Amino acid sequence: METSGTNRGADRFREWMKFTPARLDVGRTGTRPLTTEMLKFRLDHAAAVDAVYGEVREETLAEFGLFTVETQYRDKEFYLKRPDSGRVLSEEGARDIVRRCMRRPQVQIVVSDGLSAKAIDDNLADVLPALRDSLAANGLTEGTPFFVKGGRVGVMDDIGRLLEPETLVLLIGERPGLATASSMSAYMCYRPGPGRKDSDRMVVSNIHAGGTPPTEAGAHIGALLRKMIEQKVSGVRLEV
Amino acid sequence: MKLHTTLRGKEYRFRDLKDLLAKANEERSGDGLAGIAAADMTERIAAKSLLADCLLSDIRNFAPLPPEKDEVSRVIEEGVDEEVYASIKGWSVAELREYVLRTETDGNELLRLGRGMTSEMIAALCKLMSNLDLIQAAAKIEVITTCRASIGYRGTLASRAQPNHPTDHVVGMKASLFEALAYGIGDAVIGINPVSDTTEAIKALLHATQEVIAHWDIPTQNCVLAHVTTQMRAIKEGAPADMLFQSLAGTEEGNRGFGVDVALLKEADALIREMGTADGPNRWYFETGQGSELSSDAHFGIDQVTLEARCYGLARRFNPFIVNTVVGFIGPEYLYDSKQVIRAGLEDHFMGKMHGLPMGVDICYTNHMKADQNDMELLGILLATAGVNFMIGVPMADDCMLNYQSMSYHDIAAIRETLGKRPAPAFERWLEKSGILAEGRLTAAAGDARRFLF
Repeated sequence: METSGTNRGADRFREWMKFTPARLDVGRTGTRPLTTEMLKFRLDHAAAVDAVYGEVREETLAEFGLFTVETQYRDKEFYLKRPDSGRVLSEEGARDIVRRCMRRPQVQIVVSDGLSAKAIDDNLADVLPALRDSLAANGLTEGTPFFVKGGRVGVMDDIGRLLEPETLVLLIGERPGLATASSMSAYMCYRPGPGRKDSDRMVVSNIHAGGTPPTEAGAHIGALLRKMIEQKVSGVRLEV
Repeated sequence: MKLHTTLRGKEYRFRDLKDLLAKANEERSGDGLAGIAAADMTERIAAKSLLADCLLSDIRNFAPLPPEKDEVSRVIEEGVDEEVYASIKGWSVAELREYVLRTETDGNELLRLGRGMTSEMIAALCKLMSNLDLIQAAAKIEVITTCRASIGYRGTLASRAQPNHPTDHVVGMKASLFEALAYGIGDAVIGINPVSDTTEAIKALLHATQEVIAHWDIPTQNCVLAHVTTQMRAIKEGAPADMLFQSLAGTEEGNRGFGVDVALLKEADALIREMGTADGPNRWYFETGQGSELSSDAHFGIDQVTLEARCYGLARRFNPFIVNTVVGFIGPEYLYDSKQVIRAGLEDHFMGKMHGLPMGVDICYTNHMKADQNDMELLGILLATAGVNFMIGVPMADDCMLNYQSMSYHDIAAIRETLGKRPAPAFERWLEKSGILAEGRLTAAAGDARRFLF
């Protein structure tokens, strides 16, 4: 392609490009993108879609002995159309956690696929041990952890109603972007239960290898949970 | 107004006009989420059939959200040209549809009709129109607006350069902007969604964009899409803004969720007239999109098409330079798949144009919607055919800050060349002078951002 810039100009634009993740200087054939760039874009989108429609691997859950309960999500299409269905456990799921979990723990850990199963597969093995180390270092004890299939953030309140933990941390897959399909968030709440609002929760987001490092996130979450227990509050009113 | 009918031996009853309007919608997940959708296809057609017989006066008299309860309703009511309304109030929605689609009915006549209609009437009309109806009728309407430069001429397709950056880094933003210009993108606006809503961040972006515009003498306008109060602070502190931006909802409560009301918009309007850097007269950029009222629980059981029309009723009060429906951003619980997004894009564009608005569309999707870039390319062709004023352009369709996909710079260039659409006239002359465009086509030098480094 003909360019009007000098070589110095060309180098300078490459320098500028280092300051942005935008897909620049991609070239064209006629008006259309070059094949390599087109396929790169398609691959990133494919990974994102597969993360949404994927399922967390059995091995990931088995490694930490997590048992699985489901929400009222029915299937992936209904889950996507009706976020409310992912905020309430199925009758069986509710029975299971009441039967199998410790009541009123100091910290209840819950893991959910959310919008990216891959986020759990890619990050749980790093986040969970770091979180547990951090709980120990902060003198906190945890209840019985489990996995929620088809969960949304609001499911914290349904679990809170049933188990009445002092604090709850939900490790959940974020909506995948093209930059990464395996970003995880940790939502935390002091005494979760019906009527809690978004402003009552705190979040550490963008947890993945290229974002907030999973081990660092684990340590940070433990420190936040301790502050929530000390101040008996979470969300915008917590002083951090 | 008749609210019951029998189709194929089955009786259908509807509670009121609000119920009828909701059930007459083409299927979309948001109406299901709100619990107001038709139970099946036949009920949908029953609702459409009854809506077809409603008189325009019925729609005004039984407004789903009365003016005494909502300021958006009051703005819509006050905006009705009573003389025009008096001449059409006895028409049924079916008669209106057929008049709109008549060969003899031209764009000016549609604009005249629109002035006599409430947003709910325009929404009702939309519900009786097929996708091709929406395209052909909208294509009749030409809405030209002027901020610093003018856009909207028939036969043109303008574009917003959206050089967003995940940390508002000015050099990174400029790199994306130069690439946009090299593809002929940016005649509607150079518009940035900031990450940080601080006055200092907004000022820096306004200065940086205006500096590029001045350096290359580009016939376009700048905008930073922060909350309107932050933009006002930046302008008062001397930052150069050609227009103001704000997201709108179709109800007073929905707007409260966005942190605005009509009084604040009027105050902002006075400020931009006095201190804006463009000559105008059009100095607003509004964004809308189906589902925002439901997502903030401010929908009053009204369907998302009717609420979207009400956004346009509010927007027209302020004679905006551009209005953009961000059609696929909100997610699958409101518009599930490409079929629903394509329909919504055509609806919003038509309804906006009937309100006399300079409509653009952010032809976009998120990764949890059942849609992909191929679907957006098709919607782009459909909307360009319908005469959309502008589209959003981001590098390779990937917005690295908002994490969704829109049209790429390439896509807009391709649509222009395929359909013989030109950029806005002054911008086209500037592109020719810059060596990017010749006879409506990209030159060999196009696509290389280096030529705009300074």
